Amino acid sequence: MTWSEMQPLLLQACVDTLYMVGWATAVAALGGLPLGVLLVLTDRGGMLRNGPVNRVVGALVNVGRSLPFVILLVALIPFTRLVVGTFIGPTAAIVPLAVGAVPFFARLVETALREVDRGLVEAAQAMGGGTGTVVCKVLLPQALPSLVAGLTTTVIVLIGYSAMAGVVGAGGLGDLAHTYGYQRFETALMLVTVAILIALVTLVQLVGDAAVRLLARRERGVR
Amino acid sequence: MITTTDLTKVYRTKDREVTALDGVNLHVREGEVYGVVGQSGAGKSSLIRCVNLLERPTSGTVTVAGQDLTALAGRGPRPSAALRAARSRIGMVFQHFNLLSSRTVQGNVELPLEILGVSRAARRRKALDLLDVVGLADRARAYPAQLSGGQKQRVGIARALAGDPKVLLSDEATSALDPETTGSVLQLLRDLNRQLGLTVLLITHEMDVVKSVCDSAALMRGGRVVESGTVPKLLATPGSELAATLFPVGGEPTAADGTVVDVTFQGEATGQPVVARLARTYNIDISILGAAMDTVGGRQTGRLRIALPGDYADNVVPVGFLREQGLTVDVVTAPGADRAGAAPRREGVR
Repeated sequence: MTWSEMQPLLLQACVDTLYMVGWATAVAALGGLPLGVLLVLTDRGGMLRNGPVNRVVGALVNVGRSLPFVILLVALIPFTRLVVGTFIGPTAAIVPLAVGAVPFFARLVETALREVDRGLVEAAQAMGGGTGTVVCKVLLPQALPSLVAGLTTTVIVLIGYSAMAGVVGAGGLGDLAHTYGYQRFETALMLVTVAILIALVTLVQLVGDAAVRLLARRERGVR
Repeated sequence: MITTTDLTKVYRTKDREVTALDGVNLHVREGEVYGVVGQSGAGKSSLIRCVNLLERPTSGTVTVAGQDLTALAGRGPRPSAALRAARSRIGMVFQHFNLLSSRTVQGNVELPLEILGVSRAARRRKALDLLDVVGLADRARAYPAQLSGGQKQRVGIARALAGDPKVLLSDEATSALDPETTGSVLQLLRDLNRQLGLTVLLITHEMDVVKSVCDSAALMRGGRVVESGTVPKLLATPGSELAATLFPVGGEPTAADGTVVDVTFQGEATGQPVVARLARTYNIDISILGAAMDTVGGRQTGRLRIALPGDYADNVVPVGFLREQGLTVDVVTAPGADRAGAAPRREGVR
């Protein structure tokens, strides 16, 4: 396969991967953030302590995280069809990707929020702040660097997951490496695809790290 | 201004119960600086955290500025809107400052105002005013990480004042600071108390804090207040443990067959030549074992440990003479004191 033959394939795969990962990340962030907050608030010693809710949400998150992604991809087919009208193609792959990433990010959010000094929560409460104040003005801003780091990790995991999305014909870089490169012995294509994946993951990590550093530096007061 | 009635707090864990507060009755008058001292585990921290109900008391009531907070609290762990409103009028400063590292100094001082729903322009003005009061107007745009411990606590104090509180709670506010900084932060609290008429309840394990700023003090042990009162009154109470720790006199309380007494002078009595007069009047030899002079609660106070010859029975008259001069006399050791029916230093006063 020549470079000119590879190019359109690679371009399409890149677009598909970015499309799937981008949307799945957005959903993971929007879904995982409130879930993580809920896990912290309803836990023992939390501001809205509620054992049953905490256990149910915790169990759901654990189930979501322990299912292998390939299984999730197939198991969710009926649900996917319900949501996007089809179960093949990149748009259909967004659903299982997001469903897999939401609990993953939720746990990272939970961990990040737990690291916020309890004294700060107490200070806000002593000022007359309620739950909303504590979450929006203390927990989330204080945990922001950790949250950004968590989101970076989530994006990278999603790039990995998206390689499996080929099972439902979603395309993307991982699928390209597998179907063309591996199964059709197009070693050159496989190597190029893998190189692009490595570059993509590295780029995401670098951008994420830079953002975390910027936020942390502001807190240390070095501008 | 702050009254607690039969306040108890019991922490329950799976296999045991810990009583942190065991029927605490505290009365802090308006405009005074009230210090609660005691060793760690005595219940001081639970007490101050019960005053704004950060910790729910197991039983008893807390009244701040005429408002029964325990009645406002509502059921369940969530504070009611009424309790939150009451809290916004009680300032609190913390041992570890508890400033948000993600906000500037000004942003930290604005936080309580945001909670109160004050407009952006008014918040900014108020925050800068308060930073001026605590002497940090030039650091408004700095982040807490760029400040020293003393500066951080000043920001903490400015933040606590943002809601125009009548009452300020100080939870070991100076315990993480070096002695010099402690002095300046205490001075600031004292100034605020005088200028704004702010009532201050502070807890501390440092006796020096009580000595330098408190009008009244209470000693806690095992979840109970074992002694309390105004500082001059405590110093004038024979056998007062607080007075003895506030104001230790050096010198071993041992005199071969002599009677050792501690004499406490306050106010104008410090100017009187009492010992000389005592020696002349009764023609006895007095040895001075230890002495200390200091300013306690803004009053010149002195303590003297002296040995009088002979056992207690021989010294009833000289001791009486000292008491007549308006001095507080504590008999530390006296051969034959039990026979004479006098109580030597008690273990503590309930």
